[in-house]
Amino acid sequence: MTSTVELPVRKGESGEKAARGPRRRVPGRIRRIGLPYLLLLPALILELLVHLVPMVIGIVMSFKELTQFYIRDWGAAPWAGLDNFRMSVDFDAPVGEALLHSFLVTVGFTLASVGLCWLIGTAAAICMQDTFRGRGLLRALFLVPYALPVYAAVITWVFMFQHDNGLVNHVLHDQLGITDKPSFWLIGDNSFIALLVVSVWKGWPFAFLIVMAGLQNIPRELYEAAALDGAGMWQQIRRITLPSLGAVNQVLILVLFLWTFNDFNTPYVLFGKSAPEAADLISVHIYQASFVTWNFGTGSAMSVLLLLFLLLVTGVYLAVTSRGRRASRA
Amino acid sequence: MPSSPMAPPRSFLWTRRVFLTLLAGFVLLPVYVMISSSLKPLADVTGKFRWLPSELTFQPYIDIWSTVPLARYFVNSLIVASAAAVCSVVIAVFSAYAVSRYDFRGKRVFTVTVLSTQMFPGILFLLPLFLIYVNIGNATGIALFGSRGGLILTYLTFSLPFSIWMLIGYFDSVPRDLDEAALVDGCGPLGALFRVVVPAAIPGIVAVTVYAFMTAWGEVLFASVMTNDTTRTLAVGLQGYSTLYDVYWNQIMAASLVVSVPVVAGFLLLQRYLVAGLTAGAVK
Repeated sequence: MTSTVELPVRKGESGEKAARGPRRRVPGRIRRIGLPYLLLLPALILELLVHLVPMVIGIVMSFKELTQFYIRDWGAAPWAGLDNFRMSVDFDAPVGEALLHSFLVTVGFTLASVGLCWLIGTAAAICMQDTFRGRGLLRALFLVPYALPVYAAVITWVFMFQHDNGLVNHVLHDQLGITDKPSFWLIGDNSFIALLVVSVWKGWPFAFLIVMAGLQNIPRELYEAAALDGAGMWQQIRRITLPSLGAVNQVLILVLFLWTFNDFNTPYVLFGKSAPEAADLISVHIYQASFVTWNFGTGSAMSVLLLLFLLLVTGVYLAVTSRGRRASRA
Repeated sequence: MPSSPMAPPRSFLWTRRVFLTLLAGFVLLPVYVMISSSLKPLADVTGKFRWLPSELTFQPYIDIWSTVPLARYFVNSLIVASAAAVCSVVIAVFSAYAVSRYDFRGKRVFTVTVLSTQMFPGILFLLPLFLIYVNIGNATGIALFGSRGGLILTYLTFSLPFSIWMLIGYFDSVPRDLDEAALVDGCGPLGALFRVVVPAAIPGIVAVTVYAFMTAWGEVLFASVMTNDTTRTLAVGLQGYSTLYDVYWNQIMAASLVVSVPVVAGFLLLQRYLVAGLTAGAVK
């Protein structure tokens, strides 16, 4: 974002240079105005085709009665008005009730996962701020969950969570004797914990990366001054490190929130097509509601509601955190 | 890193040691399970979990290729991910050059819009894209649904926003005098881009390519809907190792390892550049 601030000045310089040669002046100007758009054209077309047009179509679909009979010729599907939305938010009927439940599960899951990812990532980043032997190796190792393909990593967790032959039950039940009998992890209420563990395992390295980069921007003198004033290590972390991370955290937490809330890959590989109720995340829920019943109209209405919710949360979050940061700086 | 004026206190050192050890254990546990289980005979993974194989065997690494057509999935994933990565980066190079070097109306709108598409739920695009691809196929005979082409097209737009974002950062760090000198020497803008800016930003471009490749290599949602038997990728194919009676966990682990090695190795080799690019946006 910084580039937008400094660009006009530099542009002025090269504009003068171009103006010096009168012969090339006119084509130069046309080229200068047209060229950037030409360069952006491929990206624009693709973004339009794969993101913006589908989004508009998705919104149109949500007002249609788009069942399996109309999929090959969706223009012929009759209009449904607000029926799809009414059905999605009618919390007394089964469809709406299931959606509300899935939404609440997703909110709880997201808060827990983002909180833990941030906490572990920040703690690890602070621990690795100073150099010590093996730091580079440890850092590479910590990035492995981030680099592994989702399905390969999650399928390994599926194996570990197996009832009869999994590592988790073997350790908890056979070796430590914490549980009376082997537990089921991928069905029933425990599935929420299983999902949370996998999600945190997969997600915290990103928080770690971002916070580590943020720590490098804190001026060293701040710590030195604090040390001269007699502040101990713990106090330095509380008074200097954490407050300085405000701007980084604002972006990081938003990104983590959106990624976790929308996550499809992890629950889908962990539980397969039918997620247990306790871990019925909204993306998988909409996927199931659409492709099991082949009712794309209702599925689209749910997606649109999800999008509205995310826009609302993002807007409120940015407004509140920006004001909070400005207030604390003043 | 400059040494701190005061040595950290004991309590901090111990907390750090314990915390980092536990964390490393947590991170490594699945990796250990993956590697050790891939070297076990089937009996070891169907019975109670064992920390060590009863005997070391490389049989799973041979069997994975015949239990399911893994080689075909592998080739499909390779084609789709490579094509998506290369196209995405080439397109991103043009866009990033425009944003980094030119001032034009709508620049901020472009960068913000492109980035914000990253934030939308994939499920939102899935149903309409499904319909669009099916209907384009019906209308024109171009098979996008179920084909590699459709998947490539989809994946390349997934990595495009972040690729553009990262490349803007790399291009901004290439001194502007260099390409202005090239322009004065009579290179066109594209000449300056490909003779000066791109060569100077090669590490960044390679890192972005790896990022785009990883994105496509790991995607599950669209792969599970938009592929058929011949175009199926690893993301879906890996789920084929369970029969009615047995789940070949040792083979699943071996296959997971085989499909992970290329991307993890690429990521770790280039982590310096990747990390710089990934974090630049958030920290600025």
